[in-house]
Amino acid sequence: MPVSLEDVRHIALLARLGLAPAEEERLRRDLDSILGYVAQLESLDVSGVEPTAHVVDLPTPLREDRATNPERPEEMVENAPDRDRTFLRVPKIIE
Amino acid sequence: MSTKNPTDWTIAEARKSLEAGETSALDLARAFLDRAASVEPAVHALLERTTDRALSDARAADARRAKGERGPLLGIPVVLKDIFATRGIPTTCGSRILEGFVPPYDADAVERLSRAGAVLVGKSNLDEFAMGSSTENSAFGPTANPWDTGRVAGGSSGGSAAAVAAGECLASLGTDTGGSIRLPASYCGVCGMKPTYGRVSRYGVIAYASSLDQVGPFARTVADLADVLGVIAGHDPRDSTSVPAPVPDYAAALDGRVAGLRIGVPREYFVPGMAPEVEAAVREAIERLRSLGATIVEVGLPHTKYAVATYYLVAPAEASSNLARYDGVRFGLRKAAADANLLDMYRETRDAGFGAEVKRRILLGTYALSAGYYDAFYLKAQKARTLIRDDFAKAFAECDVLATPVAPTVAFGLGEKTEDPLAMYLSDVLTISVNLAGLPALALPCGFDGAGLPIGLQLIAPAFREEAALRVGDAFQRATDWHERRPPAPGAAKGGAR
Repeated sequence: MPVSLEDVRHIALLARLGLAPAEEERLRRDLDSILGYVAQLESLDVSGVEPTAHVVDLPTPLREDRATNPERPEEMVENAPDRDRTFLRVPKIIE
Repeated sequence: MSTKNPTDWTIAEARKSLEAGETSALDLARAFLDRAASVEPAVHALLERTTDRALSDARAADARRAKGERGPLLGIPVVLKDIFATRGIPTTCGSRILEGFVPPYDADAVERLSRAGAVLVGKSNLDEFAMGSSTENSAFGPTANPWDTGRVAGGSSGGSAAAVAAGECLASLGTDTGGSIRLPASYCGVCGMKPTYGRVSRYGVIAYASSLDQVGPFARTVADLADVLGVIAGHDPRDSTSVPAPVPDYAAALDGRVAGLRIGVPREYFVPGMAPEVEAAVREAIERLRSLGATIVEVGLPHTKYAVATYYLVAPAEASSNLARYDGVRFGLRKAAADANLLDMYRETRDAGFGAEVKRRILLGTYALSAGYYDAFYLKAQKARTLIRDDFAKAFAECDVLATPVAPTVAFGLGEKTEDPLAMYLSDVLTISVNLAGLPALALPCGFDGAGLPIGLQLIAPAFREEAALRVGDAFQRATDWHERRPPAPGAAKGGAR
């Protein structure tokens, strides 16, 4: 099934990605070509095969629910593009 | 060896000179910084030269040595792929979206190198968020191959490979998600290793595809790689996939013996379209291992042909989730018109901050995970991944180590594949299965083509058997001298071809 421009716009919205119109068409063609290639998996019989999510057979490690890192909030927010003291500022959310 | 320039040394040679008191860490740091200054205009392996840090690290290493301390990397100049968080030093991951980001902490591997007394010379160039096979996807311009500056260094850790090849450091770190250490090592004629998934902590390594990403070293010899791996490997509770297994003495495992070892040659790895000179060099290397006493057995990895397709569903799916954090709120770039709402701000920031390949993979991954496609794409790929793992398990019942080419060709020309994403993806056809199976694999030079470009041999071992691949690679280097060749002064010989 070919990828449409509507598909590209839909997934770009899901991915919170803005795209210029020329880029939408370019990416539509790229996705179409890549998905055409990965479609070869259709010919692979995987009946009865368990999926691999992860290669390491480890239980989820647990630890005490206690902070171990030093508190340095100023340093932690220093990279934020817009802030007020240790608060991060974002555009208005509620109209 | 004393007649050689220090920037042509191996770690072992540098250590010998340091221990004999013939040179100091400070002398070495200055020599490598000077070398970097002279080759960088032609190679562009580094995004940042950490001159002040290198000099202070070197003075500290000399002070530690004066107090009697010894260690495999004490005073050794190193470079880090710019994907490792380095406290107080900008870390971009090759992306505009992280331009100006200064991490408040060090990655685990960086802490371990610092404790070992390594000297940080710079941060190296990479494909944006490690997505690429040529380092042409860096937002800050490509890295050139030191053997021919009209060609790519490979990727995504192209800067780390080129920095070792060009003599800007004696070792470097990279990451390997689908071949991103082994491919550039092969293209640049140096050694590189992707350890077993879980062997080296991913704490502080900017995530691309978390079930595949692994940290590993580059150096000029396999013996040097063993020294670096011994320093960076080990359990770290801050990475929940870091495996709490003891780290063997890798250097001690290098006894030069391959007699009695069974080396498997997978028939599927000599693919149609492979350059004849690459196939000939790799087959000759395998014959050399036979002459050293190894037994050569042909094995099958029948699901190899599905590996690239599987990877390009699994990796972008994980990437689309990992890269959701770049939202213009906590760090990095923010782009928003004055009247923008929050959604506009996210979309404008990510449009301006991400390059074409990153957008492509985010969209591909989002598509593969989206309603209606999850079973057909993502789940199917995870099942194919199981079959690829099973192939290796069966092969390792018949042999101890697998020997294959790293890539079907030598380094390609700058710009040659940038317009065709699929052609670029197929550069990784012989490296990607190893990541899907989580195995350790080593790349080392095993010849040169008629144009003087390096050819790489890949040695794959069972999980947590890095020492098996290292032993074979080291034995090969004791019997050959491919690893002793150095590129011409970059920019002087074959440059200008672009």
